[in-house]
Amino acid sequence: MKNKIIYADNAATTAMSEVAVAAMMPYLKQVYGNPSSLHSVGQAAKEALDNARAIIAKCLNCDAKEIYFTSGGSESDNQAIRSAAINGAKKGKKHIVTTAFEHHAVLHTLKKLEKEGFEVTYLDVHENGIVTAEEVAAAIRPDTALVTVMYANNEVGTIQPVKEIGAACRERGVVFHTDAVQAVGHVPVDVKAENIDMLSLSAHKFHGPKGVGALYCRRGVPLAVLVEGGAQERGKRAGTENIAGAVAMAAALENACENMQKNSSKLLALRERLIDGLLKIPHSKLNGDRARRLPNNVNICFEGTEGESLLLHLDAAGICASSGSACTTASLEPSHVLLALGLPHEIAHGSLRLTLSPENTEEEIDYIIKTVPDAVDKVRKVSSFWDDLTSGKIRHFI
Amino acid sequence: MALYSEKVMDHFNNPRNVGIIEDADGVGEVGNARCGDIMKIYLKIENGIIADVKFKTFGCGSAIASSSMATELIKGKPLSQALELTNKAVAEALDGLPAHKMHCSVLAEEAIRSAIKDYYDKNGIAYDKAQFPEPHGDEHEHFEED
Repeated sequence: MKNKIIYADNAATTAMSEVAVAAMMPYLKQVYGNPSSLHSVGQAAKEALDNARAIIAKCLNCDAKEIYFTSGGSESDNQAIRSAAINGAKKGKKHIVTTAFEHHAVLHTLKKLEKEGFEVTYLDVHENGIVTAEEVAAAIRPDTALVTVMYANNEVGTIQPVKEIGAACRERGVVFHTDAVQAVGHVPVDVKAENIDMLSLSAHKFHGPKGVGALYCRRGVPLAVLVEGGAQERGKRAGTENIAGAVAMAAALENACENMQKNSSKLLALRERLIDGLLKIPHSKLNGDRARRLPNNVNICFEGTEGESLLLHLDAAGICASSGSACTTASLEPSHVLLALGLPHEIAHGSLRLTLSPENTEEEIDYIIKTVPDAVDKVRKVSSFWDDLTSGKIRHFI
Repeated sequence: MALYSEKVMDHFNNPRNVGIIEDADGVGEVGNARCGDIMKIYLKIENGIIADVKFKTFGCGSAIASSSMATELIKGKPLSQALELTNKAVAEALDGLPAHKMHCSVLAEEAIRSAIKDYYDKNGIAYDKAQFPEPHGDEHEHFEED
């Protein structure tokens, strides 16, 4: 296994699938036209774009006219939230409901809106990383303009009761947006059945290319324009379309949806094997609900360790993973997601996230299970915090 | 990994002077677990010279490498010289640290200072208080993520 890279950071980004790469190629060189052009080269590009839109709409169970191409998840989140806020404010509604562990694309947009006079309720996600529809319903007020709750969390993979939350919002006439960047292509998503008004998705999370995503916006839900200019995307997002990206995204999503059941059962088996293997390490804990989580997500804390150190040892052993430790970013705060789950700061610093893809093999999982204990051991051997825990000076949390 | 210099990675992978000195003459601890880094330094002093030094660090790669390098730089040196060790010298000896990791070298400087102060206090040795400002390693600057 030496010199081989085991990529287990698929929540960060994925490799493009063969079908996505193949679908993309003709639109880089042969069909390079601008869909706004009248001539045949432009019209061929327009046809490809329409076709990609239809494929994505079919995967989500909506109308093609309800799909808007964007540059990715962050832009989709921004446009969805801004739109609901602008529209709500027109009616004097300036309250928004969300959860404490949303992606920063959502949280930072909301922080900005707070500065602009909006009030935001951040719901608790409990130790299991799941908010309930009842809690969302109870937080809705007459002046609530928007509920935005992610479909599946990017760090701990927990899946929210989106359908029930959507129903609670629909009943009360409140717009419901969900950041489904980690869910689309991984678990079945049906915007109609799940009462979703707006949904964000990003191609590179399901083996499509980076730099392209989409926003589903239900017919009748007003969408504001963030990028002014030409009349592309039905006048809602200016700029010459990323045809190759859109086509590749559609191919990747179609492929992911067609193979979802097969991939899911493979990933579930690998995930459970990995969780069981890693939880054998003393003083470790799985973060987030074990059952209601994405089939590819493992997130575990090892007490007395620090995440970046773990990642460096694993990287040296050929394993690519990630951590919610502060030291993996420029901030000194550990992951807001792990803190929202009620973990103390010192435990949250010692987290390891492994996110699998169908490309991972059982052999690789076993190599990870064999390698992580060594890395944990190395970090604990140097750790003064671990000394304090083992000597009883500080009590074990896990 | 391009994040760190080869020297940092060497000291991270093969940290020098890891351990505890049970009968240490001076012990210094700075940082806190909340912020994800604690550095603890143990000193054995003989005739004003650092005869032995050990460390234990809970923290990221650069915190461990900084501790390791700092202990190397003061081992066998007189206390007066150890007190002159700056965080910059630690970082330079490591062929540099990323900007947002400089506080790790600050922790190393402060941990050593704190251990020496502990030795002075325990042995009733008079010192200039100005030489020992309060460590601020546990309340270092918090950066925005982007």
